[in-house]
Amino acid sequence: MKVLVPVKRVIDYNVKVRVKADGSGVDLANVKMSMNPFDEIAVEEAIRLKEKGAAEEVVAVSIGTSKNQETLRTALAMGADRAILIEAADDVHTDIEPLAVAKLLKAVVDEEKPQMVLAGKQAIDNDMNATGQMLAALLGWSQATFASEVNIDGDAAVVTREVDGGLQTIKVQLPAIVTVDLRLNEPRYASLPNIMKAKKKPLDTKTAADLGVDVAPRLEIVKTSEPEARKAGEMVGSVDELVSKLKEAGAV
Amino acid sequence: MAVLLIAEVTNGELQVDATAKALTAAAQLGDVTVLCAGASASSAAEAASKLTGVSKVLVAEDASLGHRLAEPTAALIAGMASDYSHIVAPATTDAKNVMPRVAALLDVMVLSDVTGIVDADTFERPIYAGNAIQTVKSSDATKVMTIRTSTFDAAGEGGSAPVETVSAADNPGLSEWVEDKVAESDRPELTSAGIVVSGGRGLGSEEDFALIEKLADKLGAAVGASRAAVDSGYAPNDWQVGQTGKVVAPELYIAVGISGAIQHLAGMKDSKVIVAINKDEEAPIFQVADYGLVADLFTAVPELTEKL
Ligand SMILES: Cc1cc2nc3c(=O)[nH]c(=O)nc-3n(C[C@H](O)[C@H](O)[C@H](O)COP(=O)(O)OP(=O)(O)OC[C@H]3O[C@@H](n4cnc5c(N)ncnc54)[C@H](O)[C@@H]3O)c2cc1C
Ligand SMILES: Nc1ncnc2c1ncn2[C@@H]1O[C@H](COP(=O)(O)O)[C@@H](O)[C@H]1O
Repeated sequence: MKVLVPVKRVIDYNVKVRVKADGSGVDLANVKMSMNPFDEIAVEEAIRLKEKGAAEEVVAVSIGTSKNQETLRTALAMGADRAILIEAADDVHTDIEPLAVAKLLKAVVDEEKPQMVLAGKQAIDNDMNATGQMLAALLGWSQATFASEVNIDGDAAVVTREVDGGLQTIKVQLPAIVTVDLRLNEPRYASLPNIMKAKKKPLDTKTAADLGVDVAPRLEIVKTSEPEARKAGEMVGSVDELVSKLKEAGAV
Repeated sequence: MAVLLIAEVTNGELQVDATAKALTAAAQLGDVTVLCAGASASSAAEAASKLTGVSKVLVAEDASLGHRLAEPTAALIAGMASDYSHIVAPATTDAKNVMPRVAALLDVMVLSDVTGIVDADTFERPIYAGNAIQTVKSSDATKVMTIRTSTFDAAGEGGSAPVETVSAADNPGLSEWVEDKVAESDRPELTSAGIVVSGGRGLGSEEDFALIEKLADKLGAAVGASRAAVDSGYAPNDWQVGQTGKVVAPELYIAVGISGAIQHLAGMKDSKVIVAINKDEEAPIFQVADYGLVADLFTAVPELTEKL
C-alpha cells in the first residue's frame, strides 16, 4: 500500500499572530513557520504503517511556494520516502483554498494511485477543517475524519473518530481518506543522521499549471481584523473574596 | 432566498440547541427549510417544525443515514442543493465531516465556523485560533457553511411548519458504522451549558480531576478540559475546549490548573465571566480572566465547592 500525506507549511503554533494594521491580513514576514501540527501526526502515522508492514511507501506532498521544500524535508527526515512540491503561489501570504488544494491533490492521487491519503484534520492557520473531506468527494472515496486510531484490516481500514459525543468507530473501504486528530500518536523528532539522509531523498517539483488546476480563490478576502480584546479583570486574594465577587456579579 | 438548514440529529433525536442557534443565522439569509436525516428522524422533524422561523421541514429516513456517515449524507444533501442559495449547518463534528464533502460535490468552497453574517454573500469567520477575524465574500453559486453556535442565540419555539418526506440518495456503501462509545451523563451539554468548569494539566491525575467534577456538580455546570488534560487521560476527548475542540461561551467559565495557551483561549474567550485559579501568577489565563485567584487548586477548589 502506498500512503500519500499532504503537509502544509503554516505559522508555528507558538507564534503570536499579528494582524496587519491595514487590515490586509496577518503578518507572515520573518515569522517562524513549521509543518502544520496535525500533519506531523499524519506523517508519523504513515511511517508507523510502514514500520508495521502495512504500507510500502510514504509520499509527502505540499502545496504553496518554493519555501515549502523545507516542510517536505522535515517529512522526509521523519521517514517519508519521497516528496512532491506543488508550486501554486509566489507569495507566502497567498493561502490556497481547500477546494483548490483538494483538486491539486486529486491530480496527484490520479498519478500516484495511493491506497490511503492521511491528512491533518485542520490547518491551524485558516482553521478550515475541509481539505480531506473535499478530496474524498472529488475522488468518490470513503472518508474517516478526526481519527484517534487507525487499523488496516484487509482491504478496509477501521478508524476510531473523535466526535462531539465521544468516540465513533467506522470501517471504510480502501482507498480512503483519513484525517487525523491530536490523540492518534505522538510524532517523533527527526534525528540528525535522518535529517542528513533526507537531503538526498527525491523531491519533485510541479506547478498547479502542470496539473491543469485552476487555483483562483472562490472567497475574496474583504478584510482581516483583530478580534475584540477582553478588558483586564481583577485579582482576588481568597476563595471568600472570589465567592462574594461572583455573587455580586450575579454569576452564581 | 431559500436556505436549507441541516438539523443536528443524533440517534433520531433533534439536538435543539445547536439546530436552533444555526437557525438564527440561517433566518438572516432567507426562507428556511430544515432537513432532518437519520435512520429514524420523524420525531426530530416534529421537534424542528416547532422552531420559530422554519417554513418547512423535510425528513429523510433511511438506514444508510443512521450514523451520519459522510458519503450517503453528503450525497443526499448535494442532490437537493439546486433548490437553495445557502446550505447551512451548526458547526458540530458531524457537520464538519459532511459539509465540506457536500461543497466539493457542488464544486464550491465551504465556509467553516461562520461567526457573523454581513450580507447574503459576505461572512465573518475566525482564523488563527481566533486571533484574527476574516471577512470573506463568496462568489460561489451555492454557499455551503457551518455556523459557530456560540455566537448566535437560539431561535425560540412556537412554530408549526409542515413536514414532508424526501427519499435518501443511493448509498455508495463505502463505509459502515461499527460502534459508538458515548459516555452518558446527567450534566448539561458542554456547548449549551450556562456554566462550564474546566480542568487542566494542573490536576495531575484522573482521580484528582474529580475535584473539577464535584465543583461542576455543585454549580449544575458542564465539565471541560484542556488538551493537556485530555492527552494525559484525565478527561475524555469530547470535553476538550479550544481551537481544535469545542467552542463554548457560557455565562461563567471557571478555568482550573490551565495555563491559558492561545489554543485553549480560542475555545472560551467569549465567555461572559471568566474565573481562573492557578498557582502561577504569570499564567496567561489571568490576562483574560475577570477574576483571578493565585492559589493551589488542591485547597482552593474544595473550599470553593463548599462555599458556593
Ligand atoms: C495543533 C494544536 C491544537 C491544540 N488544540 C488545543 C485545544 O483545542 N485546546 C487546548 O486546551 N489546548 C490545545 N492545544 C494545546 C495548547 O497549546 C496547550 O499545550 C494546552 O492548552 C495546555 O494545557 P494546560 O493549560 O492544561 O497545561 P499547562 O500549560 O501545562 O498548564 C498547567 C497549569 O496548571 C498550573 N498548576 C499546576 N499545578 C497547580 C496547582 N496545584 N494549583 C494551581 N495551578 C496549578 C500551572 O501553573 C500551569 O499554568 C493545542 C496544541 C496544538 C499544537
Ligand atoms: N497547502 C497545502 N499543502 C498540503 N496540504 C494541505 C494544504 N492545505 C491543506 N492541506 C492538508 O489538508 C489538511 C486540512 O487543512 P484545512 O482543510 O485547510 O484545514 C491539512 O492538515 C493538510 O493535511
